[in-house]
Amino acid sequence: MSILSVQGLVKKFGGLTAVNGVDYAFERGKISAVIGPNGAGKTTFFNMITGIYVPDAGSIELDGKSIVRVKPDKITDQGIARTFQNIRLFGSMTVLENVMVGMHIHLKAGILSTLLNLPLVRREEKETMHEAYRLLEYVGLASLYNEEAASLPYGAQRRLEIARALAAKPKVLLLDEPAAGMNPRETNELTDLIRRIQREREISIILIEHDMKLVMGLSDHILVLDHGEKIAEGKPEDIRANPKVIEAYLGKSALQDEEVMPI
Amino acid sequence: MSGFKLALQNNKVLQMSLLAAFVLVSALSVYLTSRSVIAFILLLGSLLLLYYTSLSNGMKWAVAGLLLILVIPFATAGGPSHESYMEVATQCGIYVAMALGLNIVVGFAGLLDLGFVAFFAIGAYTYGIFATGQANNFIPGDLFPLSGDYFWVFIILGGIMAAIFGVLLGLPVLRVKGDYLAIVTLGFGEIVRIIFNNLEKPVNITNGAMGLSSISPPNLFGLQFTFPHQFYFIVLGILAVVIFGVRRFEHSRIGRSWKAVRENEIAAQSMGIPLIRTKLTAFAIGASFSGLMGVVFAAKQTFIDPSSFTLLESTTILVMVVLGGMGSVPGVILGAVLVTLLNLQVLAEFTGWLNQLSMQGIITLPNALSPVKMQRFIFGAILILIAIFRPHGLISARNRKIPLSQVKEAETHEHPERSRTSQKVRRVNGG
Ligand SMILES: Nc1ncnc2c1ncn2[C@@H]1O[C@H](COP(=O)(O)OP(=O)(O)O)[C@@H](O)[C@H]1O
Ligand SMILES: [Mg+2]
Repeated sequence: MSILSVQGLVKKFGGLTAVNGVDYAFERGKISAVIGPNGAGKTTFFNMITGIYVPDAGSIELDGKSIVRVKPDKITDQGIARTFQNIRLFGSMTVLENVMVGMHIHLKAGILSTLLNLPLVRREEKETMHEAYRLLEYVGLASLYNEEAASLPYGAQRRLEIARALAAKPKVLLLDEPAAGMNPRETNELTDLIRRIQREREISIILIEHDMKLVMGLSDHILVLDHGEKIAEGKPEDIRANPKVIEAYLGKSALQDEEVMPI
Repeated sequence: MSGFKLALQNNKVLQMSLLAAFVLVSALSVYLTSRSVIAFILLLGSLLLLYYTSLSNGMKWAVAGLLLILVIPFATAGGPSHESYMEVATQCGIYVAMALGLNIVVGFAGLLDLGFVAFFAIGAYTYGIFATGQANNFIPGDLFPLSGDYFWVFIILGGIMAAIFGVLLGLPVLRVKGDYLAIVTLGFGEIVRIIFNNLEKPVNITNGAMGLSSISPPNLFGLQFTFPHQFYFIVLGILAVVIFGVRRFEHSRIGRSWKAVRENEIAAQSMGIPLIRTKLTAFAIGASFSGLMGVVFAAKQTFIDPSSFTLLESTTILVMVVLGGMGSVPGVILGAVLVTLLNLQVLAEFTGWLNQLSMQGIITLPNALSPVKMQRFIFGAILILIAIFRPHGLISARNRKIPLSQVKEAETHEHPERSRTSQKVRRVNGG
């Protein structure tokens, strides 16, 4: 069974239909990509899955259970974590603290136990710190753990968002343009990181990305959106050759020149 | 000169000797002069110096405790102004607790609250109503006033009542954000005051604008608390608990979720933090600090009426937080003490001095510039200057830097190089 499936998903903003009747099933344990030109509705699609927007129609099921109208924080509880296209870190907190916030749903300290500084709370806090540091090592940011998050370069901020999302121990990880603003070397490191996450952590990954080299190299399956509609789906090699996709990206005239697709 | 500065930065013994000398001189001058605002402020300033020494945190607290429990009460005991010094110090303590409470709401959780004094009023009336005959009006059996023995329970009750009202206010209000939240809380503050002002009909609960008088003073095993120096110790005790609590919360799961909500609501929510509940805890905990001190205030004054809980009070507390440094615990403490001293001592003294001069005919002040009006003017001017020159407050909020040795899991064989770096980090923190 697929881990996450959507059916007839619709989202309108005033007169604009940002997502229009999309059906798709994401496979468990795989890396899937959602691609499409700017404004195709990809981020809106993610926002509906994570509960930030309520769809106007359609269903979203995680492991066979509907998550429509469930609040974002409860969706995280149920196993979906994400990163953001326009980076949303807790800017004035440290790198380490950002990851520690990511572990929120797995911690138990309440008001009273915190106030009394019970041994349980102290132990939990220490373990949280260790675990957060381990995650920073995992994404390659360990040396920056005491820095203010907003002070990091973009590439590092994106990796920090990934570490923070991993801290929630999700079943499904959504990455919204994780390579945006990265140089080629950083993009290669990111590709390795995403592959490691999928293999070592048994997390199903869904990513939105414009870097076609990254998408084609990583994805097991690709969903293509254009003007809010699904125009294609399939394996990377099928998508690469799909005339509809090339047309959506480059316009009709570019159909002949298939080398050019690194949008 | 810079050599001396360097020596001062690294030499704890030198720091301690200078601090001790400073305390001695200021304490002696407070002791020997009958009433000197400057000497008193210098004595309190020794706490600030202590903050900037490079002693360990535990040592700082121990020395601060010594100064507050022994040195300050004894130094002020020399002259006839003992109680008035103690009164000022008590007021400072009350405002510090309130400012720390508001700092949770405004500084940590980023929710602008302009009606914070309402919770102080709720605490004060919680005690006031039951520690006078007032409660007989609506509870049969002539059980009231409660004796001062109950004061201690009411400290906690006042905190709880304020927290409950914090949640009641928060539930409808926290759906709005930013400027709107500020306006709604401002309205709440005024409504609470107006309700206390009018709740004498149909049942006389608050005695309206007449206020409540003859509130029972606290009583402990037959010892009655009526003098400011006695309240000073009550406030000090509560303050110790409040500061301990704030520091616990600041670096905890709860504190982090407050800050996360302040930094980015959508990201916080996406990390599993429930927005409304997190904001409500900030409101409730912040309010409870104010409620506790409301009870103390009522018992200390033995008289309360709605005019003590105006919008001006709310803004004053907000000013303490902003001036000290939003989100910075030491900053907020400093801000609260400074504003209280400014209001109660410096400006009052200045006003008195101007009054004297004009009475002796040395200067003539037009009515528009009467000393009392000057007081508000100077207060405002100081605020503007600080906003321009220290926009993040006097002691701006800093992130806690954690030494590497604490962040990494304990290793049996620590790499020598690693342990050196971790020491370096620790030293950076201490400074
Ligand atoms: N909150 C919103 N309000 C109004 N329009 C929106 C909102 N979010 C997205 N849109 C619109 O929906 C369309 C799809 O946007 P988006 O999902 O961000 O595209 P993509 O991520 O594929 O670039 C765009 O035309 C965008 O302007
Ligand atoms: Mg997008």
